[in-house]
Amino acid sequence: MLHQLTAWQLAAKLARREVSSRQAMQSCLDQIQRVDGQLHAFLSCDAADALAQADAADRALAAGPAVRPLLGVPIALKDVIAVRGQPLRCGSKILGNFISPYSATVVEKLQAAGAVVFGRLNMDEFAMGSSTENSAFGATRNPWDTTRIPGGSSGGSAAAVAADECLAALGSDTGGSIRQPAALCGCVGLKPTYGRVSRYGLVAFASSLDQIGSFTKDVRDAALLLRAISGPDPRDSTSIPQPVPDYAASLHGGIKGLKLGLAREYMIGGLDPQVSAAVQTAVAQLEKLGAQIVEVSLPHTDYAVAAYYIIATAEASANLARFDGIRYGARVDGADPIELYSKTRGAGFGPEVKRRIILGTYVLSSGYYDAYYLRAQKVRTLVRRDFLQAFEKVDAIVTPTTPTAAFRAGEKSGDPLQMYLSDIFTISCNLAGICGLSLPCGFTQNPKLPIGLQLLGKPLGEETILRLAHAYEQSTPWHLEKPPLK
Amino acid sequence: MPSDFNIQYVAHLARLSLSPAEEEQFGAQLAGILGYIEKLKQLDVTGIEPTAHAVPLVNVFRPDFPQPSLSNEEALRNAPAKAGGLFIVPKIVE
Repeated sequence: MLHQLTAWQLAAKLARREVSSRQAMQSCLDQIQRVDGQLHAFLSCDAADALAQADAADRALAAGPAVRPLLGVPIALKDVIAVRGQPLRCGSKILGNFISPYSATVVEKLQAAGAVVFGRLNMDEFAMGSSTENSAFGATRNPWDTTRIPGGSSGGSAAAVAADECLAALGSDTGGSIRQPAALCGCVGLKPTYGRVSRYGLVAFASSLDQIGSFTKDVRDAALLLRAISGPDPRDSTSIPQPVPDYAASLHGGIKGLKLGLAREYMIGGLDPQVSAAVQTAVAQLEKLGAQIVEVSLPHTDYAVAAYYIIATAEASANLARFDGIRYGARVDGADPIELYSKTRGAGFGPEVKRRIILGTYVLSSGYYDAYYLRAQKVRTLVRRDFLQAFEKVDAIVTPTTPTAAFRAGEKSGDPLQMYLSDIFTISCNLAGICGLSLPCGFTQNPKLPIGLQLLGKPLGEETILRLAHAYEQSTPWHLEKPPLK
Repeated sequence: MPSDFNIQYVAHLARLSLSPAEEEQFGAQLAGILGYIEKLKQLDVTGIEPTAHAVPLVNVFRPDFPQPSLSNEEALRNAPAKAGGLFIVPKIVE
């Protein structure tokens, strides 16, 4: 049952030569064979390539002691991160049979750390959505209840990790697309500080908000993966030059005296009573472990969703202009270039992407720029200022990750505004550019569904939120529970 | 929602062909979303600087020297139409 291990547990077994990377990779492939028909977490999986990488890792392990931290560990990727020679479709028809001509920086870094990088995980088209129902290739389902959504947009990554189809996965988070599905599927999701991880080779949705991060089975793995993928990159001018700490080394040492903020604006109506109770119990547990609870105020919270959907769609409308049927992807011919572009894009994009392109184009159009886009950027300043002021008083902020547990497939797909409002707790983090992590903090009853606790940290404050998360996790049983998949 | 929101005009700006059914559906949904977004107008933003990027890094340079890049063949690999090492596009100038 090697696929059920955490990445650090498998790495230790591999380093001791108790098992081989090929056995671990085969164990994941068998699990995919067993359960992915119910989940549809994977869009594709090049098993021959994955096993060849595993064999290479086994040769490296045989040659000498493992110095690479993820040597031989199978890690899967959201379909928005480029791997040279592998398909990349972003859950969209418009990319046709695109094959990446180069690898993302995070992929090169994972490979340098020894990981077996495999598979293309399902997602909402171009990362636009909160349920993975917007994939052009069919929805992903939640391993805890396959009539429900896994969250989104990185729903494939969350479901695959929760169902032990891989040891860990990468996703991307523009407004909660790592933390929300991690919460709904019961795994650990980390969105690093904007700029901590290079975005080179990540297909852009909203460039000032996008960040790559991890899905893992525990907090220690999140620390391990963050160290592996972080750092400055000359190919991403927004990557932060600060050195990368050894996050796993700073997990221990306790949380006594750390100040933890509770934002009064996050105690909203619409918060499910079971979610609210689980979060309150978790806060009490963190207090018992030595954290000091302090009330803070984030007064512009109520405006964050509106500002986000202006900024994110504006940036998306510009970024997605490149999908025009000229250089790559599917093409629908037209009498002139404009007709070719319009027809190609009309046929290639799905409904949610079209809605957001229209909204983003409108808020940037002549006469409306100041009223919408510029105003939203000013509100973004206020949201960011709220956090920086709160972080003068506290080391981290604790919130629910989502207002409810996983909802039913189809429940919100007809009402985009309701879907957007379910991102209320995760969106501000991206606007402010800070780091955030979601980890399991309990389950609802009837049906049993995971509940997520969100920890928000200062810019480059990953060590603090990882330490808080680790202390909480090690004192609770939630991360050890497995979904009841047949 | 502004009364002059013209979805056909915006779709043209976005080079995005929509079916009449899509125009109707998206128009109604965007009316709801734009109505919600109007709440930003309640805030006084006088004197507030806009934030374009959360982490203000300026003048990021790297050494400027030639590096390997994609070959012509690799760059054209995903092209929907190509010939003679070039992308094929519809005629632009008569």
